[in-house]
Amino acid sequence: MSPVEILVQYWPRLLDGTLMTIKLTLLGALIAAAVSPVFALVRVHAAPMAQAPLRIYVSFMRGTPILAQLFLIFYGSGQFRPLLQEWGLWSFFRDPFNCALLAFALNSTAYQTEILRGGVLGVPRGEIEAAKAIGLSRLKTLRRVVFPHAYRIAWPALGNEVILLMKASALASVVTVFDLMGRTRQVFSKTFDFSVYLWAALIYLCITAIFVLLWRQAERRLSRHIGTRNTPQATAQPLKETRA
Amino acid sequence: MFELFSYGDAGWGDEILQGLAITVQLAIATLPVGLCIGFLAAFASMSRARPLRFLGFGYTTIMRGLPEILTLFVVYNGAGLLINAVLRWWAPEASPIDFSPFAAGVVALGMVFGAFAAEVLRGAFQSLDRGQVEAGRAIGMTGRKIFLRIQLPQVWRFALPGLGNLWINMLKDTALVSVIALDDLMRMTKVAVGVTKQPFTFYLLACLIYWAMCVLSELVLAQMERRANRGIRRA
Repeated sequence: MSPVEILVQYWPRLLDGTLMTIKLTLLGALIAAAVSPVFALVRVHAAPMAQAPLRIYVSFMRGTPILAQLFLIFYGSGQFRPLLQEWGLWSFFRDPFNCALLAFALNSTAYQTEILRGGVLGVPRGEIEAAKAIGLSRLKTLRRVVFPHAYRIAWPALGNEVILLMKASALASVVTVFDLMGRTRQVFSKTFDFSVYLWAALIYLCITAIFVLLWRQAERRLSRHIGTRNTPQATAQPLKETRA
Repeated sequence: MFELFSYGDAGWGDEILQGLAITVQLAIATLPVGLCIGFLAAFASMSRARPLRFLGFGYTTIMRGLPEILTLFVVYNGAGLLINAVLRWWAPEASPIDFSPFAAGVVALGMVFGAFAAEVLRGAFQSLDRGQVEAGRAIGMTGRKIFLRIQLPQVWRFALPGLGNLWINMLKDTALVSVIALDDLMRMTKVAVGVTKQPFTFYLLACLIYWAMCVLSELVLAQMERRANRGIRRA
């Protein structure tokens, strides 16, 4: 079959897989984004002893393959099946999608925590002092001064992390989630036509490209009050240059 | 519980160590391949010839945007097909060659490593002091000598932190080859899990081994960076 015929015949599956990939990535990134600001604050402000568990967690997540983390959660949960059944959690861990999502969210949380920590540390002290001077409460200082600036600093690196997560989400296919990679392997095992891999590659590249454009758009919006002549340092670096 | 990890027939210690040996071999074999690809792609993207620049830029952009596991499958399935197609054309009577998973792992991981390394090396070359190259030219050094004596020693210093990160990423990515049936640490762990029915114990062990390798790498890299920066006064 020609590459075009493959696409014509199997596009519904590839589309289905693409949507699954996007769903896994977005949900994983969002869960991580909800948790990481708190963790980042702990990493910046808490006493060294209180930070220790978090540091070990981050180091573990960054020092082990995501595939191993995924297997640890998906297959490893089987060892505690009676216990999990007792707690009513077994139906959660039996589903490969849930396990993959949990693994990706845990992994991304570690990376996002470190990135945001860098962002929070990058906020000039003067801004925080100024907030204190005009009588903002600590919570309001965080919400109105620290985090808006921290996110602006961390934005390009966070975008890279989401792209890395999207690439990592292809691993879910190994535990039988039918994401784009899973669908591609399924079609390949049926047709033995190599071109389906090339279509998959093209789709992955398109997802990345569209994401990069959207992310830049958001970045421009985040720093719209600054104006083009005085762009912050973080926006001056092209997105592709940095990698977590 | 500890007899599970013991050496010999009763335990899985020796099997897992064999897997670890494959993982380490794979990583060490990939490094020079990846560095070569990285240098080639970096030179291409800094070249004065436009097509070469386009090629280098295209390669790094595409390879960095694809999931590593997809690259691995493309190489494993595609390179085998390609080699045998060439072989059939070249020598129709020869029996088809099996493209080994180890070779596929080295090529695929090397291609990924090379794409990221190209960006690191390009950045390192561009952060060199241009005046030094001009000085070399002024005292009549040839282009090759300038490269070997002035640029390369300093590129090493600038590129080391980035390359170190890539090494650690590559070390972790070796786990992917277990999916194409290479008996690395991850796959031997899977075999042990299949027999003992203790998935959490063994996958945790595998994670701890990978973690130890990464932490060890970080320590060695810190030492190498210190060594590379000896003689440099800190501002």
